[in-house]
Amino acid sequence: MNIINILEEIEKVDGEVYERLNPRRAAMKQFYGFGSKVALAALPLALGSMFKKAYGQTTTSVLGVLNFALTLEYIEYNFYQTGLNTPGLIPAGTPALAALTNIRDHELAHVNLLKGAITGSGGTPVSFTASQFDFTAQGNFNAVFTDYPTFLAVAQVFEDTGVRAYKGQAANLMGSPSVLQTALQIHSVEARHAAHIREMRQAPAGGGVTALRPWITGANDSGVPAAAANYAGEDNVVQLGINIPGLGFSVNASTAAFDEPLTMAAVNAIASLFIKTS
Amino acid sequence: MKSLQEQETELLYKESGILTAKLQRRSFLQYAGAGVAGAALIAAGCKKDHNNDNGLSTGVDLGSGDLGILNYAYALEQLEGAFYDTVVKSPYTNISPYELSLLTDIRDHELAHREFFKKALGTNAIQALTVNFSAINFTDRTSVLTAAKAFEDLGVSAYNGAGKLIKSADYLLIAGKIVSVEARHAALIRDLLSNGTFADNTVIDVNGLDAARSPLAVLSIAKAYLSTQINASNLPS
Repeated sequence: MNIINILEEIEKVDGEVYERLNPRRAAMKQFYGFGSKVALAALPLALGSMFKKAYGQTTTSVLGVLNFALTLEYIEYNFYQTGLNTPGLIPAGTPALAALTNIRDHELAHVNLLKGAITGSGGTPVSFTASQFDFTAQGNFNAVFTDYPTFLAVAQVFEDTGVRAYKGQAANLMGSPSVLQTALQIHSVEARHAAHIREMRQAPAGGGVTALRPWITGANDSGVPAAAANYAGEDNVVQLGINIPGLGFSVNASTAAFDEPLTMAAVNAIASLFIKTS
Repeated sequence: MKSLQEQETELLYKESGILTAKLQRRSFLQYAGAGVAGAALIAAGCKKDHNNDNGLSTGVDLGSGDLGILNYAYALEQLEGAFYDTVVKSPYTNISPYELSLLTDIRDHELAHREFFKKALGTNAIQALTVNFSAINFTDRTSVLTAAKAFEDLGVSAYNGAGKLIKSADYLLIAGKIVSVEARHAALIRDLLSNGTFADNTVIDVNGLDAARSPLAVLSIAKAYLSTQINASNLPS
């Protein structure tokens, strides 16, 4: 793919293409200089919203979704980073350290990917530092960095909520196929994280929540009453108007077989508990 | 079971260049669809879509458009459902009650997906497919879990790759509701094989992204486990 040739071809039928793209000239220059893998991966996302902008479609919503996702990834990254930096929180000499490090690294990669995509599209990425977060959620989880099972419980809620958040935005990205695909590729990684955190919570050191499964059963199986809003609606058993238990499956299997979305508003209401107001 | 893994690796390897390039070209078409630029783009960058000469052009026709994608998903869920049904009905040697209960859960999810698609498609549904699991040793834990891992990772990549081909927001949401459950399965199965591999660098790239495969790439792998031939040539791409 040669982007410059393609732009030249567009120019033949749309002489104003460079004018349309003009405000994004800085972004264009970035494309030519892109070298790192992160930047290359962000390229399709960036181009997606750039063309949208040039041709007058709804860039705002795509950028809005990307910044929404970026906010969540910042929360997750800083959460794991703080946990990994807290001496004595994560049991030494267990596989937990490697697993949580791997998850932390993914969240950071998502932060960087989304930042690059937003900047490349001419948008302004939201920005957070660790000190801006309150991981006790206004006193709901006071032991979040002193009690390992609490830390894992909050981690599970973040991951399950992240899955719901991306799912809820998929339809808003349909006009930008590459952005949609990238969002889906993040979405399933968050689901893998959620499954593993749930397994970690089953272990005695992780809290011994033996009833947990890697998948979500019913409305709120987290054992965290404060997380009711995070799981609201997960007990749905009707898909496209089809009652799944009516097909011969248990209610538990019917809820677990389908994860449910959350709206941006619902996710923001939850996320706001973790972000200090000033 | 090695054959499935080998095929998968080989295909991923081939695709890493070809598919990326193709996706980017296709993306351009869709980005620019808003204006007159569309025609120019076709002229500019894009060789026409690959011809389907990979053994996926005759047989049960998945159809076109969203219904084609739903039938594609239905075919994959048939495959997964049949696999786990076999596993649960004749579990591998010395299976623990805990592992059997997890695999039974997964079996139920896959069968629920299968029956859901069948019902949603109604008269548009493809026929029941005949599977071929002769490469899998169902008495051997490693053989079974290695196959399960390949099926789950493949399923995740299939839904991730199909999302952008779907025109209906409702169907896209359904795909999203299912793919994250498949990802949970994949993580669990991987951890059963080797704890901590739920999202390792054999499946997640340096940008923290899961795989995405085109329907043809997925079916090229899956067809080894199907006796019924599939015609995917009318699927959107």
